[in-house]
Amino acid sequence: MLRFLLRRSLGAIVILLIISAVTFFLFYAIPRNPALLACGKTCTPDQLAIVEANLGIDKPVPVQYWEYMVGIFTGRDYPIGHCPAPCLGYSFTDNRPVLETILDRLPTTLSLAVGGAVVFLVVGLAMGMLAAWRRGTLLDKSLSSASLVLGSMQIYFLGPLALALLVHNNQVFSQPKYEPFTEDPTAWFGGLLLPWLVLATIFTANYTRMSRATLIEQLREDHVRTAKAKGMSRSTVFFRYAWRGSLIPIVTIFGIDLGSLFGGAMITEFTFNLPGLGRLAVDSVTKSNLPMLMGVMLFAATMIVLFNILVDACYALIDPRVRLA
Amino acid sequence: MTTNSPFLTVDDLRVHFSTEDGTVKAVDGLSFEVARGRTLGIVGESGSGKSVATQAILGLHSRETAAVSGRITLDGAELTGAPERVLERLRGNTAAMVFQDPLTALSPYYTVGRQIAEPYRKHRGASRRAARERAIEMLAKVGIPNPARRVDDYPHQFSGGMRQRVMIAMALVCDPDLLIADEPTTALDVTVQAQILDLLMELQEEFGSAIIMITHDLGVIAGVADDVLVMYGGRAVERGTVREVLAAPRHPYTWGLLTSMPRLTADVDKELVPIAGSPPSLLTPPPGCPFAPRCAFVDEVGDGRCAAERPALPEGRGAACHLTEEQQRTFYGERIRPRLA
Repeated sequence: MLRFLLRRSLGAIVILLIISAVTFFLFYAIPRNPALLACGKTCTPDQLAIVEANLGIDKPVPVQYWEYMVGIFTGRDYPIGHCPAPCLGYSFTDNRPVLETILDRLPTTLSLAVGGAVVFLVVGLAMGMLAAWRRGTLLDKSLSSASLVLGSMQIYFLGPLALALLVHNNQVFSQPKYEPFTEDPTAWFGGLLLPWLVLATIFTANYTRMSRATLIEQLREDHVRTAKAKGMSRSTVFFRYAWRGSLIPIVTIFGIDLGSLFGGAMITEFTFNLPGLGRLAVDSVTKSNLPMLMGVMLFAATMIVLFNILVDACYALIDPRVRLA
Repeated sequence: MTTNSPFLTVDDLRVHFSTEDGTVKAVDGLSFEVARGRTLGIVGESGSGKSVATQAILGLHSRETAAVSGRITLDGAELTGAPERVLERLRGNTAAMVFQDPLTALSPYYTVGRQIAEPYRKHRGASRRAARERAIEMLAKVGIPNPARRVDDYPHQFSGGMRQRVMIAMALVCDPDLLIADEPTTALDVTVQAQILDLLMELQEEFGSAIIMITHDLGVIAGVADDVLVMYGGRAVERGTVREVLAAPRHPYTWGLLTSMPRLTADVDKELVPIAGSPPSLLTPPPGCPFAPRCAFVDEVGDGRCAAERPALPEGRGAACHLTEEQQRTFYGERIRPRLA
């Protein structure tokens, strides 16, 4: 286990280094000088040079990248402010370290992701199991068609529709907003309920279909037939033998989904006007806030890499043939 | 009950699968009997219906896709159409099964001890501890060294032969009266095959179970079976004791099986004679004898009888063939036996 964690952490660092380098150099390939934006309309070459020095972009790009990476571990001082370690950059647009803004937005994204994931995982697996248990019946067929229809929906369609029907016209749900859990748990729950349900609807459909398909596949396995041949009841065969094997593909997809949701659910956050990381990323693009964008991307990448390691660790819990080394 | 009265009776068993292309008649009118303490060998090519027929005994086919008809009686109890609860109590308890490939037939997710103990707990109501003791006892009985330690290992930690021993331990844990072994040695090394067969025979002597041994290998049959049933295209084509069938086989299909089998004692330059053609379609079986399209003796019967009329399998010793018994004896003696020498 220790060797596994060590090896995978090293791998993760390499991957994150590559991602950070590619992102960093890509931004500098953009033919737009951030200093020109910060300097304003009446900008003399002298002023521009001062601004460039302030931003730290007067040096060669590799040197800048090096300073950025060092800053993550040691913190950095900019002429206009201090950025404590781990410094993911300094946003000149709102004069504060990038990480502070990310941490401000993180609770919204985490609440949205965790709440949504709980709903779609529980409901999706339950529906999939139900369909597989009653396969071939009307119930199975209805669940399968319903999940096909819902799975083909998009949040930017379902979200505004739900808002119009269930909030503006009928007040079934309260207006979606983010209220910190620590301040008012009820408001937190009420404000996020609709976004959770809308986000979960689309995922639920996928999880229903996937868990049904893998369960049915597992039910055809030789060892599942053996369990039946030794007199195990239908539910034991189903839940103990077939279900266990169906978990591997589900855990794989769940890890990827949760990892990317932790990096921000852009469309959902936009639709329901929730100030999460996804909104932050989109806003940073429109405002050309490159340090912020760099920080958000690095954070999102870290989440995905982290969840990949967690998924691999879960394999070992599910399947004793998988050995972590 | 005397040892020779039939313990298992299968009468006119039919297993039909409905598929998109039509009804597959995997087993189409099969009858046989097995007595306590006896071993019935069922031989045939892949697709001859051996496995399908024996799985029907335990009711393993899904009721949605398979239509099973006929009569299966085990120890006086009618099994066809029996409710699932009854079959559950029977499976792994009165009648157990050993499958072909122990790698895929054991669950990779649970220890062998747990998998062996499970039917014992369910059928005997044993405590967790007692079932574990029993699992260790069974592992020792099937010859697994250090059973008290290996009981907590997973199937992938065993070799192929050891895994099949685990499978046998699991099948025998409730001391079943009937053991169905579906090609138990096909996936194993030749040296291990003999060990597994010896083990089965020893255990049969100890437990007095009836055994159905499914195989495509006449060598296995010669080694372990008391009686033989040769299957072709979902039906039995020849029946007899192992001595009768191997000493004087009657059906041209059985002859084909014998001449296509390599022997160590034979001249190395002697060519093996495969059975020409391929097994019959189970979807649209030919109207006459299912073996007729591949049979070299159709002309000896003449009149196109083989293609038109399905030969019946007589009671007891005999073959489902239009050749007269006299012809069967003559052709085997003159044309087939010399090739086997």
